Amino acid sequence: MEVYWFIIIAVILAIFFILDGYDFGTGIIHLFFAKKENDKEVIAKAAGLFWDSNEVWLVVAGGMLFMAFPTYYASVFSGFYLPLIIILWLIVFRAIGLEFRSQFTYEMWKNIWDASFGVSSLLLAFFFGVGLGNIVRGVNLGGFENGISKYENHFFFLPLWDSSFSPLTTHPGVLDWFTVIIGFISVVTLAIHGANWIIYKTNSSINKKLKKVIFKLTIVLIVLTFLSLLVWVKINPNALDNFKNHLLLLIFPIIYFVGLFGLLNIKKFKNEITGFILSTLVILGGITSTLASLFPVILPSIHKEIESLTIYNTAASSYGLSAAFVWGIIGIILMVIYLIVQKRLLKGKIDNHDYGH
Amino acid sequence: MEDIIFYDRLQFAFTITFHYLFPQLTMGLSLIIVYFKWKYLRNKVEEYNNAAKFFMKIFAVNFTMGVVTGIPMEFQFGTNWAKFSELTGGIIGQTLAMEGMFSFFLESSFLALFIFGEKLMGQKLHFLTGFLVFLGSWASGYLILATNAWMQHPVGFEILENGKYVLQNFSELFKNPWLIPAFLHNQLASMVTSSFLVASIGAFYILRNKNVNYGKLFLKTGVIFGLASSLLVAFPTGDWNAKNVAKFQPASFAAMEGIFETENAGAEIVLIGQPNMCEKKLDNKIAVPNVLSFLTYQDWDKQIKGMDQFKKEELPSNIPALYYSYHIMVGLGTIFITVMFFAVFLLWRKKLYTFKPLLWVLFFLIPFPYIANITGWYTAELGRQPYLVYGLLKTIDGVSPTVSSGNTLFTLLGFVALYLLLGLLFLVLVGKTIHQGPNQKH
Repeated sequence: MEVYWFIIIAVILAIFFILDGYDFGTGIIHLFFAKKENDKEVIAKAAGLFWDSNEVWLVVAGGMLFMAFPTYYASVFSGFYLPLIIILWLIVFRAIGLEFRSQFTYEMWKNIWDASFGVSSLLLAFFFGVGLGNIVRGVNLGGFENGISKYENHFFFLPLWDSSFSPLTTHPGVLDWFTVIIGFISVVTLAIHGANWIIYKTNSSINKKLKKVIFKLTIVLIVLTFLSLLVWVKINPNALDNFKNHLLLLIFPIIYFVGLFGLLNIKKFKNEITGFILSTLVILGGITSTLASLFPVILPSIHKEIESLTIYNTAASSYGLSAAFVWGIIGIILMVIYLIVQKRLLKGKIDNHDYGH
Repeated sequence: MEDIIFYDRLQFAFTITFHYLFPQLTMGLSLIIVYFKWKYLRNKVEEYNNAAKFFMKIFAVNFTMGVVTGIPMEFQFGTNWAKFSELTGGIIGQTLAMEGMFSFFLESSFLALFIFGEKLMGQKLHFLTGFLVFLGSWASGYLILATNAWMQHPVGFEILENGKYVLQNFSELFKNPWLIPAFLHNQLASMVTSSFLVASIGAFYILRNKNVNYGKLFLKTGVIFGLASSLLVAFPTGDWNAKNVAKFQPASFAAMEGIFETENAGAEIVLIGQPNMCEKKLDNKIAVPNVLSFLTYQDWDKQIKGMDQFKKEELPSNIPALYYSYHIMVGLGTIFITVMFFAVFLLWRKKLYTFKPLLWVLFFLIPFPYIANITGWYTAELGRQPYLVYGLLKTIDGVSPTVSSGNTLFTLLGFVALYLLLGLLFLVLVGKTIHQGPNQKH
């Protein structure tokens, strides 16, 4: 049952990053490339239509984690206290930007909403990446020092940064040069994803230019990917063991690289959705590869003396997991059906629609 | 010891109070929107359709606020109350995750369709999307109340040898005797807020002599829904809840009613008075003898335990705050019933739209149902103290072991600043929507 729930939550998280990921990416592109008012408006709209129903997936992932892996939820949420609360604040700022843009339309106000939307999207993408980096790198579980744990061994607390700024110390902070690299990978990936969404969903005048941007960012992403892999293997020499032992798992990195190298041909695609599908593969492959390499660990301990958190030592009772499995599956099916209906109903370019307003 | 959790409690209290300003309106308002849309399907009078769409705009703003202030609530279970989450996640995680999955999903998805899809879908489907928004928001209330009911009166679990709680029976969570009375009481209280808002906007339009036809429609709908919900929220649902508190949390019952000493015969009901914690009595008390015993047990002479019968550790930690919350809620509820009775009487005599003093009262009354809802929740939550899960887990034992109070104060200050800004923007936006009015021409 633990494995099923691990897969369910991984899928929900992946869907969240694919869906809300294009909102974050749209915000990043909006911040750096949208200059004309027309483009700004339609690009903000491309994100603003669905952000709240996309955010449902985050809420569901949170709720599921709380229910299925309560010890993990408690440990991670209190341990990453500050970055998580900062993410909450950024979510509020993004909502302010998106929701007020169409309401207060004077030039002066629009600049504020645009900045709020763009900057918070950028930072959200960055911090979600940093969060993933932290989970890969591991933390000082138990607040372990000189052979003694400060807390129960499944709790920890991370400061935003440690003065050494290095992932190799005995007590790294949230931000170190490794997690920052992962943060940048996240920003670049989601910017590509957002640009693809804009090309697919709008007739903005910068669509052509965005293809060039995607091409350049893809090269950056390839470099960053290999850089991070090198570092990762240095931090955790066993990082690739799961793939060596279970060749089937290689499907996930393959998905990632198909998406990534596919995007190099962005300028040749006839169909406007192709790019979006490829960046979706990049996100999907990236998240699943990371989780597959850690499995069954979900938060490594950086000290050998302390046990890492795994899906087995953090899960709820098997009765509870079975009971929730029934409604959980029904719920996911409903959500996916709705997602398809929603995308069908509001298909096509956003600027061609008049949604009964 | 209490200082360690002071900022954690304050942060939760502040963020949940602010958050609950929004769902308490949207839950009730969704039903009124469904009513308007249904009337439009029946009689094809354009004004009903415009009214439905107008209030859905107000709903949407409130819903957005509810979403962005609601996510921090879910997160805070883990960030600030980690020990509580670890122990209880396997149980109330069920209802909390269902809330996100079913209700929040229904609401957010179909709200978008209601707002953007009228032309695409046609009228009947448009009504259906409105109905699903209503269903989602009430399901949300139900599942959150199921979560809270477990904290007030835990059922369906067992405690393992290592101290962990595990779920033993999933369906018990929904058969909790605390749940249905609390849910109905809460939804009716939400109906009070939303019908008072509808009436208040109606009174405003008439007083302002603008959109007068809508003003009359809103006022009529608002006062009829308002009277019905004000009555039902007190009786039977409020009464039912009070009996539950007396049964399951007798110490909280004594504290919220302000009974310091156990009387030999029936207990009096306190109308007014200030708790004096040093001398353990009420100052300046006005009370009616025996009535509380009758209301609680239908027996004028039945004894009710006062606070003197309980050990100090069992009594709620802040008795005056609990006492005032409860009495403010009850007092306001009484005022609501009186005002709405008068309004419906005038409506029946066809004088409501021209009787200005009452229009002014209805217009200015709008903050008070919010206060009544919030103090009602304070009564439930302060009454549960010093426990997080009643009788099982003390609040002090539920806090995150690794988060220092300095960090919590930092985030609390951040939330205060951010929510002040958010509240300001919200008021401007709702004001603008009301100012534009329900006419589709603008």
